[in-house]
Amino acid sequence: MSEATKPQPQAKGEKTPISDTSYVGIDAILEQMRRKAMKQGFEFNVMVVGQSGLGKSTLMNTLFKSKVSRKSVQPNVEERIPKTVEIKSVSHDVEEKGVRMKLTVIDTPGFGDQINNENCWQPIMKFINDQYESYLQEEININRKKRIPDSRVHCCIYFIPPTGHCLRPLDVEFMRHLSKVVNIVPVIAKADTLTLEERDSFKKTIREELRANGIDVYPQKEFDEDAEDRMINDKIREMTPFAVVGSDQEYQVNGKRILGRKTKWGTIEVENIAHCEFAYLRDLLIRTHMQNIKDITCSIHYETYRVRRLNESNILFTSNPPDHPTVQPKANGQPEEQPATPQPNGVAAQHEALSHEM
Amino acid sequence: MQYPYAMRDLPLMSHSGEQHQRPGHYGAEGIGSPINGRHLSLPGTPSLVRTIPFHPRGSPAVPPRHNHMGLDPEFQQLPLRRQIVSQVSLDSPLSPSMRPRSPWGRFDPYDSPEDQDKEYVGFATLPNQVHRKTVKKGFTFTLIVAGESGLGKSTLINSLFLTDLYKDRKVLNAEERISRTVAIIKHTVGIEEKGVKLRLTIIDTPGFGDAVNNTESWRHIDDYIDQQFEQYFRDESGLNRRNIQDNRVHCCLYFISPFGHGLRPLDVDCMRALHEKVNIIPVLAKADSLTPAEVCRKKMKIREEIKQFGINIYQFPECDSDEDEDFKTQEQILKNSIPFAVIGSNVQVESKGRKFRGRVYPWGVVEVENPAHSDFLLLRNMLVRTHMQDLKDVTREIHYENYRAQCIQNMTRMVVLERKRSLREKYRDGSEADFPLPLAVADTEKERLIYEKDEELRKMQEVLERIQEQMQHSHRGGC
Repeated sequence: MSEATKPQPQAKGEKTPISDTSYVGIDAILEQMRRKAMKQGFEFNVMVVGQSGLGKSTLMNTLFKSKVSRKSVQPNVEERIPKTVEIKSVSHDVEEKGVRMKLTVIDTPGFGDQINNENCWQPIMKFINDQYESYLQEEININRKKRIPDSRVHCCIYFIPPTGHCLRPLDVEFMRHLSKVVNIVPVIAKADTLTLEERDSFKKTIREELRANGIDVYPQKEFDEDAEDRMINDKIREMTPFAVVGSDQEYQVNGKRILGRKTKWGTIEVENIAHCEFAYLRDLLIRTHMQNIKDITCSIHYETYRVRRLNESNILFTSNPPDHPTVQPKANGQPEEQPATPQPNGVAAQHEALSHEM
Repeated sequence: MQYPYAMRDLPLMSHSGEQHQRPGHYGAEGIGSPINGRHLSLPGTPSLVRTIPFHPRGSPAVPPRHNHMGLDPEFQQLPLRRQIVSQVSLDSPLSPSMRPRSPWGRFDPYDSPEDQDKEYVGFATLPNQVHRKTVKKGFTFTLIVAGESGLGKSTLINSLFLTDLYKDRKVLNAEERISRTVAIIKHTVGIEEKGVKLRLTIIDTPGFGDAVNNTESWRHIDDYIDQQFEQYFRDESGLNRRNIQDNRVHCCLYFISPFGHGLRPLDVDCMRALHEKVNIIPVLAKADSLTPAEVCRKKMKIREEIKQFGINIYQFPECDSDEDEDFKTQEQILKNSIPFAVIGSNVQVESKGRKFRGRVYPWGVVEVENPAHSDFLLLRNMLVRTHMQDLKDVTREIHYENYRAQCIQNMTRMVVLERKRSLREKYRDGSEADFPLPLAVADTEKERLIYEKDEELRKMQEVLERIQEQMQHSHRGGC
C-alpha cells in the first residue's frame, strides 16, 4: 500500500510509533531557527522624545528594570538645556532566560525646550534617515556582512505632557512629520496628575486630534495582516495613548515589593493596571509586539526610504551622459521609466550612483 | 516601608579592546570575520553576558539528541497545554498582572514553577514572536537531485518526504533516451505537519549522464542554479520587495553509483562545476547491493577522492563548546557517514508483525528506516530536522553572496566601459553632436576630470577583482 500524498497532522498527544510512517519532522525547523536566534541575539532601538522633565529616562529604566537611559549613565548630570536638539544614544546588552538583546535607547535632549521650537524635529528626522541610509549602504555593498548591524530606529515613544486639554501644536507637528518614517507610540507622561475621568476625556481628545490630522500611530491600521491581528490591535488602538507613570523606587505594599511613587494620600503602583497603564505599554513594546514593531520598520518604513532613494539616484543617473550610445533620446525627469537596456544595467547604475554618493 | 534604590546596574557594552563606552553615538560594529568563517560570532559582546544553555523541560528537543524518530515523552503534553494557553491569550491579549506569556502559547519560556515569583522584563518571548511570523508565512526548501538514471533517485525522494511525486512516470527505453538532452523538471509539494507549512521543491534532472557523450551534461543544472540566483538578485534590488519568492537551490543530492570503484570522472567534473554554487551532499545509492564492509571501504575511498580532487561538499557547522556531548557525538557520526549510503522504497512490507517500508529479497528483508541497514534516517534527520536551516543559511550567505559580488562587478565594469568609451570618443573628437541629450553642463574641464576618475575606477575594479579572486581561493581552500 503506498502512502497518501500528504501526511496528515498528528493527533494531539499521540505518541508516534517507532517506525512512524507519516511523520517527516519538518516542525523541527522551528527548533533550528530558535537555536540560531538564540545564538545571534536580537537588537532593539528605541527613541524617546519629549520635553525635559517629563520622566523619559525614568520610564525607560522602569521598562527595562535597569539603568538603561542616558541620565543614569552619565557620571554628573548637567541640567543645562542644549541649544539645539541633540541625539544621544546609549547601548546595553541585556539578557533574560538565555535570550540576548542589544538594547539602544536614543535620547533627544533639547526637544521642545527652546523659545522658538520651529523645526526642532529636523535633527531627529535626519538622524532616523541617516540610520536608514547607513543600512542601505551596507546592503548594496559588494561584499556584505553576514548580518548587517541594525541601527534603525524601531520605535519612537513620544511623551505628551498631561495638560488634560488637547495636543499642543508642537505635538501635532512632530507626530505628523515623523509618523511617516518611524513607528510612533504616544504616551501621556506623569499621568498621576490626572484623575480617571480626566484621563479618559484627555485620551479621547487626543485620539480625535490624531485622526483629524491624519496621524497614524503604532499599531497602524493599514498594516494589520489578518483578522486575528486586527482584533488584538483594535484593542490597543482603543487604549492609545497609554497613560504611564514611571518610577525607580520600590515600596512595600501588602507584603510585596513593588515599584511606585509614595505620596501623603497614597502610593501609586506602577505595575497596577488600576492605577496606570504602564503594564500595557510594557506588554505592547516588549512582550507581544516587539517583533512586529521591528518588522514594520524593516519592511515598510525602510522600504519606503529605499524606494525613494533609488528613484532619486535614478534621476541623477539618467541626467548624466547616457552610457549606452544606442539608447533612444528620452525625456528628462522620468525616474520610473526603465531604459531600453535590461534591468542589470539599472541595478549596476543604482550601485554606482549610490556608492559614489558615499 | 521604604526600600532603597533597587535598580539593576547594567555594565555598559564595550568593544573588545575598548574599556568604557562613553555615552555618545554608538557606532555600528559588524561581524568582521571573513565570509568563510562558519561561526556565527556575536557582535562583540563581552564575556560579562553569559550564555545560559537553555534546556527547558518539555521542549521539543532536537530529535537526534534522544532518539531518531520518537519525540520526548514530555512533548505530548505540550500540544494539549497549547490549546488552553492560546485561548487565554486571545481573550486577554494584554494580561499585565500575570507573568510574561508568549501570545499564542507556543513554547513558553516563563513556564517553570520557580519563575512564578520572579520579576521579569519579558523579552524572552522574542524568539516566539519571530516564530509566529514565519509559521504564518511557511517555509520553503529547494532541493536538486542529480545522478544517472536507475540509481533510485525518485524512490528516495518519495521515501524522504513521504510523498508520491512520480505517480505517473513513464520510464523511457534506451532508444528514446539517445536523443534527449538533460531536462530540468520541477516538482512542488506542500507539506504540513503540526501547523508548520513547508513548500518543498524538488528539481529533477532526467537524462543526466544518459547520453553516449556526457560532456558538460551538468550545464543545464549550472544554468538553472544561476538563473535562480539572478532572479533573486533582481528581485532583491528591485523596488517592490514585499513578496520575493526564494527559489534559490538550497541543496544538491548527488547520487554516486555503488557499482563503480568510487567516483567516476563524470561525478568529479560535475561536482567540481557545482560546488561553488550549491551545497552538495553526496549520496551512495542502492546501498543494499553492498555488504557492510564494502560500504565502509567505498565511503572511505569516496571521501579520499573528494579531498583529492578538491571538491567542496557541504560541511557541517562546527559545534559550539557549550553544546552537550550527545549533540557533539551526533555531529561526529554525521561527519563520518559522508557519503550517506541509502536505500529507498515506496513499498510497505510486513514482517514479524511490524509494518515498514522495505525491500523483500529471498535472503531477507531490508528495512529502509533501520539505521543498521542504511543511512537513510541519518540523511533524513540531517536534511529535515537538524540542518535545513543551516543549508539555507549557507546558500544565502556564501553561495549567493559570491554570485552577487561577481555579478555586480561584471555589471559595473560593463557600465564603466561603455561610459568610458563614449566619453573617450567625445573627448577625442571634440564634437558634441553625437549625444541625443544636451549635457547639463558643457564643461570640458569637468569631462576630463570624469575621464580621469574613470581610469581610477578601472584600476580600483582590477584591485577588487584581485581581492575577489583571493577570497574565492581561500574560500575554496577553507570551506
